[in-house]
Amino acid sequence: MTSELTDLGIAAIRAGVRAGDFTAREVAEGFIAAVAAAKPLNAFLVETPDHALAAADAADKARAEGAPMGSMAGVPIGMKDLFCTEGVATTAASGILDGFVPQYESTVSANLWRAGAGMLGKLNMDQFAMGSSNETSAFGNVVSPWRRKDGGNAPLAPGGSSGGSSAAVSARLCPGATGTDTGGSIRQPAAFVGISGIKPTYGRCSRWGTVAFASSLDQAGPMARDVRDCAIMLGAMAGFDAKDATSLDLPVPDWEAGLSSDLKGKRIGIPKEYRVDDMPGEIDALWEQGIAWLKDAGAEIVEVSLPHTKYALPAYYIIAPAEASSNLARYDGVRYGLRDLPDGAGLQDMYAATRAAGFGAEVKRRIMIGTYVLSAGFYDAYFTQAQKVRTLIARDFEAAWESCDLLLTPTAPSAAFALGEKSADPLAMYLNDVFTVPSSLAGLPAMSVPGGLDKDGLPLGLQIIGPALDEQGVLNAGLAIEERAGFTARPQRWW
Amino acid sequence: MSVDTATVRKIASLARIRIDDAQAEALAPELNNILGWIEQLGEVDVSGVEPMTAVIPNHLRLRDDVVTDGNVRDKVLANAPQAEHGFFTVPKVIE
Repeated sequence: MTSELTDLGIAAIRAGVRAGDFTAREVAEGFIAAVAAAKPLNAFLVETPDHALAAADAADKARAEGAPMGSMAGVPIGMKDLFCTEGVATTAASGILDGFVPQYESTVSANLWRAGAGMLGKLNMDQFAMGSSNETSAFGNVVSPWRRKDGGNAPLAPGGSSGGSSAAVSARLCPGATGTDTGGSIRQPAAFVGISGIKPTYGRCSRWGTVAFASSLDQAGPMARDVRDCAIMLGAMAGFDAKDATSLDLPVPDWEAGLSSDLKGKRIGIPKEYRVDDMPGEIDALWEQGIAWLKDAGAEIVEVSLPHTKYALPAYYIIAPAEASSNLARYDGVRYGLRDLPDGAGLQDMYAATRAAGFGAEVKRRIMIGTYVLSAGFYDAYFTQAQKVRTLIARDFEAAWESCDLLLTPTAPSAAFALGEKSADPLAMYLNDVFTVPSSLAGLPAMSVPGGLDKDGLPLGLQIIGPALDEQGVLNAGLAIEERAGFTARPQRWW
Repeated sequence: MSVDTATVRKIASLARIRIDDAQAEALAPELNNILGWIEQLGEVDVSGVEPMTAVIPNHLRLRDDVVTDGNVRDKVLANAPQAEHGFFTVPKVIE
């Protein structure tokens, strides 16, 4: 029984527990066993079976007593290691947070526990969420459960930075997982492993208790098997939080109840600047297929222009490192985490030694770029210029919404690449986020849904971008694609 | 704009990250490659454009000026690499 339960998604688990078809404990035990048997994927940094079982028992007890049950009651999930979890080690996959055990709970995780979810463990990721392949973790690469069907066993990237989350959901180690998205870190990994993921409007999910990377961009969101599960989980994660100054003081819509794949009257914009040179033909073909699916759902297709698209990535690689260099100044070996105190060293030497020992190469690279673009003499030329370009990118989207309701694009310019394929060239890695970064800079809701497989049998994703606060429109278009794509492929178990 | 190893060492010092000469040599071309690519932003006409300050229009909230937190000294110190007598401790700062 338990081996079948791990095939169920969030909605099905919730329904089954409420109907008494199985207990939440059986579900939790099934996923706990799946997690324990999947060490070769390296998706989990910490396993917390007791947390999942306690939540499951609470759900079973509530059902037995006829007490109210939350929207995630009886659903065990994976928690990206960027979220602080009280009493459970949280490292953001960095050596500098070695030994850090939060004394408090992040708002997003607390919201999920309040909705009845339980935690299977903390998920591996790119260090401080800086990366697109999960190769910057201090605790080793996550390996994608997918393999090319060419017979080779080259280990593939699960995407990043939420690579533990994508691998775990895809491999049926959990029905849903939290992710965070700064420039595509939910959408690109979701696309690489054939699952769904949504980054909501900036401010929907509280950033309180989430380890900060780039505060004006960081946004949490769910990664799950399908669109409905994303709607349910996002509803549990989102909400106003007085402890986050950028939290939106707005009611959380019932996105699940609002799901509808009927797109009659909707205009879908196709941004012509996203037709980049040297894009693989298969990505282009999938995009055309997506257009056909949305037409079939009743939508009208219009071509739109986002003229500053090509400047989004360079602007992002000023703004995000600048904010990171400021945010990561807190890791000084004094208050938490690693301390490296060479013999006879003074305070400044201790700071420099601690940060040299604790941060990974990509984190150091970004801190140094950020420090440089913020330094005296360069601030206006780099940082202020980038923030002005960011305004222009946001205006591009505003102008597009005058002629369309949503945008459809590919999620990433390629399918999953092999581990090691791009890690030697930081710039090549950055370019993988070309389609996801512009909407991040504009704070817009955007989601990836699986569309099909490439010639190697690897998943490809389609991205829907909506105006601020229109998560419902994004989810609905995602559902329309999901119903037509009929994506049922899953990785063959080798781990 | 070209970053030489002396500039790399200066940035590393500002960022409080210790690097050795070999690392500075390796980082210079890497940073130049990335910064060279970023330079293209300079070609965008931004005259009359305000730098973005808030991505989603939002207002700063005020709250009542009352204590909402505190009395958690032991929790604050729980993760300190070194704490004594209820304080964080650091190497000697003043000779």
